[in-house]
Amino acid sequence: MIKARIVVTLKNGVLDPQGKAIEGALSNLGFSGVGGVRQGKVFDVVLDGDDKAGAKERLSQMCEKLLANTVIENYSVEIA
Amino acid sequence: MNTVVVLLPGLNRDRDMIAALTAITGKAPKTVWQTETALPPADLVVVPGGFSFGDYLRCGAIAARSPVMRAVAEAAAKGVPVLGVCNGFQILCEAGLLPGALMRNTSLRFVCREVKLSVANAATRFTTAYAENQVIRCPVAHHDGNFFADAETLKRIEGENRVVFRYAEGTNPNGAINDIAGIVSAEGNVLGLMPHPENLVEPEHGGTDGRGVFESVLGLAPAKAAA
Repeated sequence: MIKARIVVTLKNGVLDPQGKAIEGALSNLGFSGVGGVRQGKVFDVVLDGDDKAGAKERLSQMCEKLLANTVIENYSVEIA
Repeated sequence: MNTVVVLLPGLNRDRDMIAALTAITGKAPKTVWQTETALPPADLVVVPGGFSFGDYLRCGAIAARSPVMRAVAEAAAKGVPVLGVCNGFQILCEAGLLPGALMRNTSLRFVCREVKLSVANAATRFTTAYAENQVIRCPVAHHDGNFFADAETLKRIEGENRVVFRYAEGTNPNGAINDIAGIVSAEGNVLGLMPHPENLVEPEHGGTDGRGVFESVLGLAPAKAAA
C-alpha cells in the first residue's frame, strides 16, 4: 500500500480572491505582518501495491486529468 | 429540428433551457442523462446551468469527466453545435472543449442580476441574428464566472476573434479578463457563456434579447437587422 499526498496550488499570477479574503480576516484577528495568503487543496490518496515509481506516474496522470486544472493550477506529488 | 439537453445531477437550469428550446423550435428537446454514452441526432446540444455534482473539486470538473460528456465531445468533433450556459460553460472548459477556466468572482459574491452584453463577433453561427457590437440585455446568476486564460491563450482567442460576448462597459459582474462573457471553439461550433440567454426568449420574460443565440444556431434567425 502506498500513501501519497497531492498538493494543488494556484499558479503565480492567477488572482486568488479567496486567499485575499482570508488574508483580510487574519488581519482583522490582529495577525500583523501577513504578506500574502494563497489557498490551495490537499488530496491524500491511498494506492494498492508498492511500486512507488509507477505510483508517482499514475498520481501525476490523476492530477493532469482531474485533480488539478493546469490552466490555473500547479500540483506536486509526494509519496510517504 | 432536434435539440438535446444534457442532464447531470445538480443542474437546476435544465427546465428553463427545455422550456426555451420548446418555445423556439416548437418541439421539446430530448434529454440525455449523465450515464449515457451516445447522443441522439441533434442540430444543437446544450449543457445547461446549475451546480453539477455540487461544484465539488472545481465547478464543472466532475461533470466534465462523466460518460455523457465524452459523447458531447465526439459530437462536437463531428461539427455538431454545442452550447454551454453558466455551469455548462464551466463544464465545457473543464472538458477541454473550450480554452481557459472560470474562477471565483473577484467580489466573492454570488451575482444574480441583469447585465449588458456586447456582441463582440456577430459572424459566429451563434450570433448571426445580432449586429456587430449590438448591446443586449441578459441575466447572470453565478459565483464562479471570472473567465481566466494565460497570456498566450488569451492572445490566441482574441486574435482569432473567438470572444463572442463581452460584458458591456461597466457591467462586468465577476472580474473576467477582457470583460469576456462568452467564447467559441477554434472550429466555431462550441459556444460557452456565463449569462443565461434562455431566460430572455419570450415577451413574458420581459424581453427577447437572448432568443437570437438559439435562432442563429438553429437557422431560424430572420435577416440581420442593420447595425
